[in-house]
Amino acid sequence: MARVKVKRRGFRIPPNYLLLILTIASVLLMILTFTTDAVPAAFNSIAGYTFMPFKNGLTGVSIYANNRADEFKRVQEVISENEALKEQLDELTQENDRLVENRFELIELRELMELDSEYEEYDKIGARVTGKDPGNWYNVFIIDKGEDDGIKTGMNVIAGAGLVGIVTKTGPNWAQVRSIIDDQSNVSGRMLNTSDNLIVYGNLEAIKDGTIEFGQLSDPDDEVAAGDKIVTSNISDRYLPGIAIGYIKTIEKDSNNLTKSGTLTPVVDFEHIDVVLVITQMKEEAVIE
Amino acid sequence: MKRLIEILFIFICFLLQSTLFQHFAFAGIVPNLMVIITSIFGFMEGRSHGMTVGFICGLLTDIFYGNVLGLNALLFLYIGYANGAGNRGFYPDDIKFPLLFISISDLVYLILTYITGFLFRARFDIGYYFIHIMLPELAYTVAVCPFLFLPIKKLLLLTGDRPQEEDE
Repeated sequence: MARVKVKRRGFRIPPNYLLLILTIASVLLMILTFTTDAVPAAFNSIAGYTFMPFKNGLTGVSIYANNRADEFKRVQEVISENEALKEQLDELTQENDRLVENRFELIELRELMELDSEYEEYDKIGARVTGKDPGNWYNVFIIDKGEDDGIKTGMNVIAGAGLVGIVTKTGPNWAQVRSIIDDQSNVSGRMLNTSDNLIVYGNLEAIKDGTIEFGQLSDPDDEVAAGDKIVTSNISDRYLPGIAIGYIKTIEKDSNNLTKSGTLTPVVDFEHIDVVLVITQMKEEAVIE
Repeated sequence: MKRLIEILFIFICFLLQSTLFQHFAFAGIVPNLMVIITSIFGFMEGRSHGMTVGFICGLLTDIFYGNVLGLNALLFLYIGYANGAGNRGFYPDDIKFPLLFISISDLVYLILTYITGFLFRARFDIGYYFIHIMLPELAYTVAVCPFLFLPIKKLLLLTGDRPQEEDE
């Protein structure tokens, strides 16, 4: 809003001077972003209080419209899906019986290894997605909870059963989340079955196929195969351990013959994220505790 | 009063862009409303106006969705300026000129975004990005233009306190 005042006061500022002033202002803001948090935080607050009420309202409207449109489309899908599901149900019932047996075995083994539970219960806050990156380059979105609700930069965000991303910026009543499919995202992951570490790279080129790239997996005995599950690694300094990322889709040897890379299918459907959970426990705290 | 209405208009466009428009995405691509309004304000109202509108649009994008505060502000600022230069008080009746200005603006913005956001991180596959991101966005943006151009022109003529020949 400060710009508007300048404009009014200096109504006769020649365009070239105004260009210079605004250029300097922009460059100054960029420098401030890298040097201090105070100024960007002020902008975040002002913008948050001005925009979020409208954003929330509009999101409600668009979700409603979208749902109505989807309902018509889905009826036919549902009919065919229903039959497929019935078949699946039979298969799953059988599988379930087998798994129940396995479960008792697992409980015994866990007690043996003194592993109470691999998956710790984290405290979470639910939040609604109220806006997505206006351009087509990044996969960043805005949620309707912020500092006032206890959200801090660096908190992990999940939806359903898997990792969505990480909080990268906060305002008083909003927060920016960068999803793991974003081109700038890197997540340290681990194979659930072999405990080998790997890195999951977001890549704009892979998003179109609904996949994420991974690399630097060392697997000398060829134990990892397509369909294996990847979770967040316990050596990551930003992500809590044991959150599901996805399943391996393709895997091949790198040209160095030492590591492997490929693509994975994420657990989360990034096209349709409306509600997410923010884990309020942060990685550094988790280590201290 | 005129300024207030225009600022309100920018805010509404920004809100629509990041909420409702995301649902109109074709294959994950959305049109760029911000470039359209910056460009239109630029060539209709002159350099100063184009710059200010661009700066506000860019700053809003930066605050909510950017990594670096001021980067988009700078890009949009120059788009507004460039559209305003030499086109002061240009209220075209024909849609062809606006389409040309807007598509060039969008293309320049896309290329600059690629350079600042991707090339610097060693993503060299410009051919891929051109075909899968830039061209679709450009096409979609141009397709949306006619729906925005006339309302903005009306708005500017309605709120304008001067005939279209004069400017500055």
